[in-house]
Amino acid sequence: MEDLLLKTNDIGFVGDNSLLENTKVEALFALGNLKFPTRKDEAWKYTSLKSVQNRKFVTGDLLKSDKLEDFKVADMEANVLVFVNGHYSEEQSTILENNTDKIVISSLKAALNDNNNELSAYFGQTGSHTEEIFTALNTVNTKDGVLITVKENTVIEQPIHIINITKGTDIVAHPRNLFVAGENSMVKIISSYETEEGSSFTNSATEIMVHKNAMLDYYVLQNESVESVQVNNVHVIQKDNTNFSITTITTDGGLVRNNLKIEVDGKHCETKLYGLYFLRGTQHVDNHTYVDHIDTDCMSEELYKGVMNDQSTGVFNGKVFVHREAQKTNAFQSNKNILMTDEATIYSKPELEIYADDVKCSHGSTTGQFDEEALFYLRARGIDETSARKLLVDAFASDVLNNINIPALKEKVEARVDASLN
Amino acid sequence: MANKEDALLEELTQQEYKYGFTTDIESDLAPKGLNEDIIRLISSKKEEPEWMLEFRLKAFEKWKKMEEPKWAHVNFPKVDFQDAHYYAALKPKVELDSLDEVDPELLKTFEKLGISIDEQKKLTGVAVDIVMDSVSVKTTFSDKLFELGIIFCSFTEAIKKHPDLIKRYMGSVVPMTDNFYATLNSAVFTDGSFCYIPKGVRCPMELSTYFRINEANTGQFERTLVIADEGSYVSYLEGCTAPMRDENQMHAAVVELVAMKDAEIKYSTIQNWYPGDKNGKGGIYNFVTKRGICHESAKISWTQVETGSAVTWKYPSCILKGDNSVGEFYSVAVTNHHQQADTGTKMHHIGKNTKSIIISKGISAGKSNNSYRGLVKINKGATNARNFSQCDSLLMGNDCGAHTFPYIEVKNKSSKVEHEATTSKIGEDQIFYCNQRGIDTEQAVSLIVNGYTKEVLKQLPMEFAVEAQKLLEISLEGSVG
Repeated sequence: MEDLLLKTNDIGFVGDNSLLENTKVEALFALGNLKFPTRKDEAWKYTSLKSVQNRKFVTGDLLKSDKLEDFKVADMEANVLVFVNGHYSEEQSTILENNTDKIVISSLKAALNDNNNELSAYFGQTGSHTEEIFTALNTVNTKDGVLITVKENTVIEQPIHIINITKGTDIVAHPRNLFVAGENSMVKIISSYETEEGSSFTNSATEIMVHKNAMLDYYVLQNESVESVQVNNVHVIQKDNTNFSITTITTDGGLVRNNLKIEVDGKHCETKLYGLYFLRGTQHVDNHTYVDHIDTDCMSEELYKGVMNDQSTGVFNGKVFVHREAQKTNAFQSNKNILMTDEATIYSKPELEIYADDVKCSHGSTTGQFDEEALFYLRARGIDETSARKLLVDAFASDVLNNINIPALKEKVEARVDASLN
Repeated sequence: MANKEDALLEELTQQEYKYGFTTDIESDLAPKGLNEDIIRLISSKKEEPEWMLEFRLKAFEKWKKMEEPKWAHVNFPKVDFQDAHYYAALKPKVELDSLDEVDPELLKTFEKLGISIDEQKKLTGVAVDIVMDSVSVKTTFSDKLFELGIIFCSFTEAIKKHPDLIKRYMGSVVPMTDNFYATLNSAVFTDGSFCYIPKGVRCPMELSTYFRINEANTGQFERTLVIADEGSYVSYLEGCTAPMRDENQMHAAVVELVAMKDAEIKYSTIQNWYPGDKNGKGGIYNFVTKRGICHESAKISWTQVETGSAVTWKYPSCILKGDNSVGEFYSVAVTNHHQQADTGTKMHHIGKNTKSIIISKGISAGKSNNSYRGLVKINKGATNARNFSQCDSLLMGNDCGAHTFPYIEVKNKSSKVEHEATTSKIGEDQIFYCNQRGIDTEQAVSLIVNGYTKEVLKQLPMEFAVEAQKLLEISLEGSVG
C-alpha cells in the first residue's frame, strides 16, 4: 500500500494549476496523520483491507472501450461521460447540453484549464480530504473526474451518466467528481463503475453541493469484476429546502466499501438514501452511511436491502446524528437482509445518536429468509420454483427499485438484478 | 404551558439524591494503592487458600498490561487506580448468629434505605445476604435453604467451604482476562455472593443481596456466582444504594451465571447508586461485567432498573450455548443531571433453536446521555435461532441525548433477527388527552412513563416492582418532555 499512498512523482496534476494546489497539499499533510484502517478501527470492524494492502496496483492508460454500449443505459437520452482507467475519453463521450448558461458538464482537467470559478470555490469544501484517508488519497492522486455545475433556476431534463471503466490487470483509478446544484435547479446524475477486463482498485470520491430549493437525484451503479476493489466516498451538503436522493445498487465487485456522508445543513430538507446489494461468491460489500441533521424541520429516510448468496458478506452501518439545534427532525432508517445460505454473513449496525428532544427517529433491521409459505402459494399455482423465487426476489428489490425515477435506468438495473440471481 | 413545563423540568433537574448519608461505623482500611502486597493483604485478611491468591496475582499480572476500554459513549476523568483503598472491612469482624447482634447503627442505615431486614424476613420470606463494604455481615435463612441443599453464602465463605465449585466455575463465564474491569475485579475482589441450586430444586424464595458502598474512597469489587444445576430454578435480586460522596468511587463487579440443562435463572437488579450532584460532581462509576451461560434448554433472564451512578458501563449478556436455550434482557435506564449510561446486552447464539428477546427502555433528562449498545450474534451452527430486540428512548428536555448502537451479526440462513428502535419525546397529544380528562400534567407524565416502562417492570418480582416504580417516580417527578 505504501506505493499507493505516496507516489508523489505520480501525483496527477499537482502544480498544473494553483487552483487546487492548496487542497492537494492539505490532503498530502493529512495523509501523514491518517492511519490506514484496520479491523481494529470501529468503522472498519467488519471489513478487512489486508488483501488490498498486499496487492500491487498500477496506473493504467487511456484505452478505448469496446463494450461501451453494454455499459450505457439503453433507450436513455443522456449526457454520457466516459472515463477509462481514470482518464477522460472525450471521443467516446457525448455531451448533449452545451449551453453554459444552464449547465457546465466538463472533465476536471478541462475545467482547470478554463479556470472555472466554481471548481475553485467548491473543490474540497466538504473537508473530507483532510478527514478520511481514501478521500485524501484520491485528492492527491486523482488524474481526472467530472465537474457538473447547474446554474440557478435551471431544470436539466436529460440525465448525466458518468461511466467509469477499468481495463487491465490491477489498475488503480481515483475518479474525482464535484457536483454543484445552483438555487432552484434540478438534475439527475448517474455514476456507474464497470470492469471491461481484468481487475482494479477504484477509489472514487465525490463532493456534492445542493443549494437552496434545488433537487438532485444521484444513482450509483457498481458492477466491477470479482477481483476488483472499490472504495466510494460521497459527501453531500444540503442547504435550505433541498431535496437529495441517492440510490446505490451493487450487483458485482469483489470488495466494495461505500462511505456516504450527508450534511443536512438547512431547514426543510428532504434526504433519501436507498441501497440494494445482491451478492454472490465471496463478495464483500460494506455500506456506511451517515446522515448529519444540523438544522430544524428536516426529514430523512433510509432503506437498504440486500440478498446474500454463497459465501458472501454484507455489512450495513447506518448512522443518524441529530444535533441539539435540529428540532423537529424526522429520521427513519431501515435495513433488510436475506441470507440464502449458511455460509453467507450479514453484519448490520443501525445507529442513532440524538441530542434534540422534539424529534421522531426510528430504525429497524431484520434478517431472515424468503417466506416459505409465499413460495408454497406460488408453487401451488403452477409456478416453478425458479420463477417463484425470482418473483419473490423482484418483490423484495422493488421497494428500492421503485425509487429510481428514470424508467430506462430502472429497466437496466432490474435486468442486472435478475442476471445476478442466475 | 411552556412555563409550567420549564418549571417542572427545573424541579426535575433540581431533584437531589434522597439516599445521601454516611453511616459512621469504624472501618478496617487497607492503605491506598494497588500492588502485589495489597493483593496479598486482601487474600490473607480473608484467610484464603493458596490457589485463590495465585488466581488473584495472575489476574493482576494480566491487568497491568491491559488498557481501559474507550469505546463506550461516556466521558469521565481518568481513574487513578492507585488512589483508592482496595480493602475495607467492618470492625469488629465477628460471626453473628442473629440480627440482634448486628450493629444498631447499621440497622438504622438499612431502615433509612427502606430495607428492613426483619420485615423482609417475616413478611416476604426473602433471604438477604447484605454486603456492606465488601464483607458479608449476615446471611439469613441460610438454614432453611440448607435443608433443600441450596447453598447461599458469601463468596469468601464459599471459597472456604465449597472450593471445588468455586474452582470449577469461577472465571468459566467471565474469563479472568475478559476485559479491563473484570480482570481488575479478579485481582482485588473482596467479597460477594455465591449461590448453588442443586438438581431439580426450585428455590422457594427470592434470593437477594443488597450492596452498599459506605467507606469514602473505597472501590467495591464484588463477585457473584450463581449456579443452577439441572432442572432447577432460582430468582435472584440485587439492589443498590450508596451514600453521598464528593469523590468518584468505582464499582467494578463481576457476575457469573451458570444455568445447566433445563435450569432457569432470573436475575433482577435495581441500581440506585449516588449519581453525583446536579452539577455532575461526584457519583459512582459503575463498570460491571455480567454474563450468563445457558446449557441445553436453559433460560437466563436479566431484568435491570438503572437509575443511579454517574457513569454506567454495563452489558448483562447471555451465551446461549445449549440447544433450545433462551436469553432475555429487560432494561429500564433513567439518566438525569450529568449522568451517563452506556448499557445494553449481548446475546450470543451458539446452540440450535435458541431464542432471545431484548426490551430496552431508556429515559434521558437533564444534561444526561443514555446509550443502548447491544450485540446479537448468531453463529453458523445456531440454526433456527430467533431474536427480537426493541430499544426505545424517551427524551425529556433539550440538553440530553439518547443513542442506540446495535450490532447484528447473522451467519446462517435459517435464523430470524429483528431489531427496532424509536426515539421521541412524550407526545403533547398524549398529555392533552390526559389533561382533558382532569389528570394534571405531572400525573400524566408519570402515567405515560409507567406505561412506557411497564413491559420491563412487570418482569420484576413483586417487592422489587414496587421499589422500582417508586424510584422512577422520584427520578421523573414533574418532568415533561
